[in-house]
Amino acid sequence: MTGPQPAPGRPGAPPTGDVGGGPTAYPDGARRADGLGEPAAGGGPDSSGPLQRTSETFLGMPSFQTAARAALANTQQRRNLAHATATIRAKRAAVVAEVDAWEELRVAGAEAKDEALHHLPDYLEQLEDNLTARGATVHWARDAEEANAIVVGLVRDRDAEEVVKVKSMATQEIELNEALEAAGIHAWETDLAELIVQLGHDRPSHILVPAIHRNRAEIREIFLREMGDVGRPAPADLSDEPARLAEAARLHLREKFMRARVAVSGANFAIAETGTLVVVESEGNGRMCLTLPETLISVVGVEKVLPTFADLGTMLQLLPRSSTGERMNPYTSMWTGVHDGDGPQDVHVVLVDNGRSHVLSDPVGRDALRCIRCSACLNVCPVYERAGGHAYGSVYPGPIGAVLNPQLRGTASDVDKSLPYASSLCGACFEACPVRIDIPSLLVHLRTQVVDEASGRSPEALGMKAAAWTFGDHRRLEAAQRAATLGGRLLGDRTVRNVPGLGAWAQARDVPTPPRETFRQWWRRTHRDEDREDT
Amino acid sequence: MSGAREEILGRLRAATADVSTPLGARGEPPVIQAAAGSDHETLELFAENVADYRATVVRCDPGGVAGAVADALARRGARSVVVPDGLDASWVSGLGGEVRVVADDGLTPADLDGLDAVVTAARVGIATTGTIVLDHAADQGRRALTLVPDQHVCVVRADQVVHDVPAAVTLLDPTRPLTWISGPSATSDIELNRVEGVHGPRTLDVVVVT
Ligand code: SF4
Repeated sequence: MTGPQPAPGRPGAPPTGDVGGGPTAYPDGARRADGLGEPAAGGGPDSSGPLQRTSETFLGMPSFQTAARAALANTQQRRNLAHATATIRAKRAAVVAEVDAWEELRVAGAEAKDEALHHLPDYLEQLEDNLTARGATVHWARDAEEANAIVVGLVRDRDAEEVVKVKSMATQEIELNEALEAAGIHAWETDLAELIVQLGHDRPSHILVPAIHRNRAEIREIFLREMGDVGRPAPADLSDEPARLAEAARLHLREKFMRARVAVSGANFAIAETGTLVVVESEGNGRMCLTLPETLISVVGVEKVLPTFADLGTMLQLLPRSSTGERMNPYTSMWTGVHDGDGPQDVHVVLVDNGRSHVLSDPVGRDALRCIRCSACLNVCPVYERAGGHAYGSVYPGPIGAVLNPQLRGTASDVDKSLPYASSLCGACFEACPVRIDIPSLLVHLRTQVVDEASGRSPEALGMKAAAWTFGDHRRLEAAQRAATLGGRLLGDRTVRNVPGLGAWAQARDVPTPPRETFRQWWRRTHRDEDREDT
Repeated sequence: MSGAREEILGRLRAATADVSTPLGARGEPPVIQAAAGSDHETLELFAENVADYRATVVRCDPGGVAGAVADALARRGARSVVVPDGLDASWVSGLGGEVRVVADDGLTPADLDGLDAVVTAARVGIATTGTIVLDHAADQGRRALTLVPDQHVCVVRADQVVHDVPAAVTLLDPTRPLTWISGPSATSDIELNRVEGVHGPRTLDVVVVT
């Protein structure tokens, strides 16, 4: 469960590990109870670290295509998502256009991350030395379980019954909230969207705006129904005005900030050269958590390291413009260990592997670790826009999720096997990515791996399965056509190598740049002799 | 625990065994700056971009700071204001008897929550982004001061304003806590409507001293 345990039997409160209740409730027929999805345990003594264990929440998730089918039927979610991604896309484009040297910045951003990743052990040791010298305590966690045990132990040692939390992908990935709740410790999410998600007993659907799938009327309802159970209730006359809803959240959370003794955060960047941690945010809830409590525990994936403080000069230009489409986000906090008389005096940093060493061991795939979680790739992705975040079966949705999850967790499960096919390879994600992760190429790389691993399943079989999905419904076909057209617009004369859902099979054949002909015309022309079920 | 450390570092070393470039081979990180005009243009850009976040920007000469601060507080009807120890005392000398000036003598978060506003200096201003950076020196106070009260009046000297982000980064001391502020607290989490003021100060007044 995210958040406080619901009263037993309350409608809409799903049991632990269930993704139902939210807007993407999977049809029962799509569930698997056979435990497939558990990747092979551990790597051997070879160069690749062990995989991340797929958490129970996502265990047995249907393939992307199956989950996307359920999501496509959810009109509200699609409308919200389409509006949101279009809005952020426009904002991002405007502020990126202001920066003449944008391409140089992207290159510098990629180089900074590559320098750190290629020499990760050295930079991690440097980070640890500097953090320790400045009064912080550094912990190392091989996997989610170990990271959770460290945090739970620290909170227990301080006799705290609750923690306030800043939105953090890393703690979502390790499912820290669930671990804390299991230990009888309340974990309060303080980011407005995370609060909406937590109170709604729901899952985030977008990295940046996790409650993007909820509209204001739903949020009002959730606040009125749930706030009183876990703290200060929402005012009875609450309207669905965004300002009123934000005010209700401010009042609800303020009492928690004032009394909290322990905070848990992530970090956007960790500077090896100085031991500085950086949190980028909007609402000020991050500042509250990083400033007011006595104890601060930051859970940081090992890939968050940057070599030097000067690298922030690049990253703080790239991240806000790519992410929220602002010149700068409202608040960025930097702290370096313990600051005398200012903020938490008990500072801990938990460095987490959890599959990252495995990703790093692939010289091609490791580029995905450059990701600074800006979510630009989600907002430009035609497949994400229609399928929504939940279909990716992970806390990392969208194009980056499609490359990161199968690498972190392996491709044993249905969902991880299908993720490399959750893309049209239109290239928009690569163009948007501030650290130049070539997501389409990584997807192709992963498709090869999936095909290699698929015993008894030829690439054609995999491709046909996806094609059947694409053609099973005219809306999906329409989506594929529009996606292909979008690809054509973005890529000019370059060849589009694929269309959504067609996978490795179409991969082998070049698709002429649309919109010279429609998808159906192209299909008839090029696949006259194939088995097909679309007509 | 140390077992985990050694094991993770070992895995990461094995994972990067193919890397042939030596540590630090990329050299000094490049400094990619925005083209800057005159100092005057930089200051104009700063004011424009700060105002773009719906913060209030007021310009004055050194003698006008006290008046500008008093005006800003009066606009929001602030009745109490906390001031950091190292603040130029003249800046709050223009406040009449109706505004209570409170020194930070170990105020608790709850104490701060009962105060309406805070007045501080700044460390650096950034024109291309409309950002103010605090390094929480004596004239800015510890971080809680500029966080809990609902209004922040921040006085920035024109010579503290730099053109862009890299220029600011080179001026900052990473051994200090740093807070970058770009407009008032805001969220776009509800249907992407920007709402000012969630948890940080809902009103930001920037006084630029020229
Ligand atoms: S892959 Fe690139 S565009 Fe996508 S979230 Fe990561 S940094 Fe942003």
